[in-house]
Amino acid sequence: MTASAAPLLDTIGGLPEAAVDEVVSASDVHKWFGSLHVLKGVSLSVKRGEVVVIIGPSGSGKTTFVRCLNHLEEIQRGRILVNGTLIGYREKRGRLVKDSERNIARQRREIGMVFQRFNLFNHMTALGNVVEAPIRVLGMRAEEAAEIGRTLLARVGLANKADAYPAQLSGGQQQRVAIARALAMKPRLMLFDEPTSALDPEMIGEVLEVMQELAREGMTMIVVTHEMGFAREVADRVVMMDDGRVIEDAPPRQFFTSPAHARAQSFLSKIL
Amino acid sequence: MHFDWPFFWRYLFEPSQSYLAGLGLTVVLSVVSQTLGTAIGLFAALARLSRLRPLRGVVRAYVWVMRGTPLLVQIVFIYTGLAAADLFRFHDISLGLLTIPGNVQAGIVALSLNEGAYMAEIIRAGIASVDPGQTEAAKSVGMTYGLLMRRIVLPQAARFIIPPLGNEFNAMLKNSTLVSVIGVQELLLSTETLTSATFRVFELYSIVALYFLTLTTGWGFIQGFIEAKFGEASAQAKDASAVRRLLGFGRWREARPPA
Repeated sequence: MTASAAPLLDTIGGLPEAAVDEVVSASDVHKWFGSLHVLKGVSLSVKRGEVVVIIGPSGSGKTTFVRCLNHLEEIQRGRILVNGTLIGYREKRGRLVKDSERNIARQRREIGMVFQRFNLFNHMTALGNVVEAPIRVLGMRAEEAAEIGRTLLARVGLANKADAYPAQLSGGQQQRVAIARALAMKPRLMLFDEPTSALDPEMIGEVLEVMQELAREGMTMIVVTHEMGFAREVADRVVMMDDGRVIEDAPPRQFFTSPAHARAQSFLSKIL
Repeated sequence: MHFDWPFFWRYLFEPSQSYLAGLGLTVVLSVVSQTLGTAIGLFAALARLSRLRPLRGVVRAYVWVMRGTPLLVQIVFIYTGLAAADLFRFHDISLGLLTIPGNVQAGIVALSLNEGAYMAEIIRAGIASVDPGQTEAAKSVGMTYGLLMRRIVLPQAARFIIPPLGNEFNAMLKNSTLVSVIGVQELLLSTETLTSATFRVFELYSIVALYFLTLTTGWGFIQGFIEAKFGEASAQAKDASAVRRLLGFGRWREARPPA
């Protein structure tokens, strides 16, 4: 891939000033799908600039948990603070009530998300995908948005694909456009939900490279992935979930060499 | 049987002013009612997808009644029925030079309400056919419901809505003849007026059939043009081969060339 030398985040004017050092603070999060208890009291705190990789067997609740962080899923107990404020709910006389759609949308502006299945807007070009929200949500001028959009596309190595539609791009290219789309909103936090799981093996590298670059520049990232190489090299912390709970939370070196939990040991022995 | 050919040709190619006025009214009635019906259908579809159960119930009942009773009955009910029950009377509305008679208003209301029920189902299906991932992605970049519907979901749903919408308008052109029962001088009633004056039923009904055939054929071309135009705007036409385009929409996802 042909990422240029200039850092990704310079395009959007560097990392936004954070009001708090703790970007994510989740405590005792519970979620039920009907009668199925999928999150059984998950707590996680992520500091500014940290890269946290969440791993775990399928059905462990890791994807659901990440989707709760920008309120794509509701939670039934516990609380989640992102950038210092409650997400999805607000406090009213000591009780949590559902927040307004407008407030939730406002908070989501600062939380970028990259999906397993890319979810690019199919009726828009790559550049259209990147500039849509800055123009429509932030009210940015079209020319300014296009300039930032083109620069971001160049940084993810897709300068020549600005006018291509998603259907004309490979999976890896689509995912890189999706990363550029999320970055265009100048997020303080980036969530990645299995960003390489739907990709052909030869395309995984190009996406991981962009993510690694982003991590190097200091972006706060939470990444759900099965890419153990990425976890080992890029993560500050590896969190393992199993059956709706966090069972390990350790720096990668410690996690991969001497996991404390027996379940983590057996999981690692299966995948490594 | 005696078919009066000279009569036929004369009335076919040299229709009277009032006959042409009837033709014009048929087109106006259909276009206005289809437009209003589509707007009603859009709101009904969104209401049906709403979280509010009472709202969903109201729309479900509306669709149920409108699709379950004859359009002819609805037209008479809205114009004559409501007036007879002293509930509502359509009065002529004067807009400067143009006067819209009460029965035309009632006809438009009935046709629009009826069409709205069918369009609601079509639009609902169109929205449902858009991948939920599109909505999630739109939410994740901070879009509100209204914005994401307008910018992301509906433009993509349109690809599924436009072909059946074309069929609906074709049906509308013909269904609009039903408002003749409340005395709206559209194409069919203009024909009937002529028939009672000339007793040339077979000739005149052949002519009115040909007029409708011309209208629907003309619409067929316009519809084809719109669908082609719309296809071009999305990536589907760019990737799809001519054969695939002829096979129709819905297969475009397969058309993903290697980069």
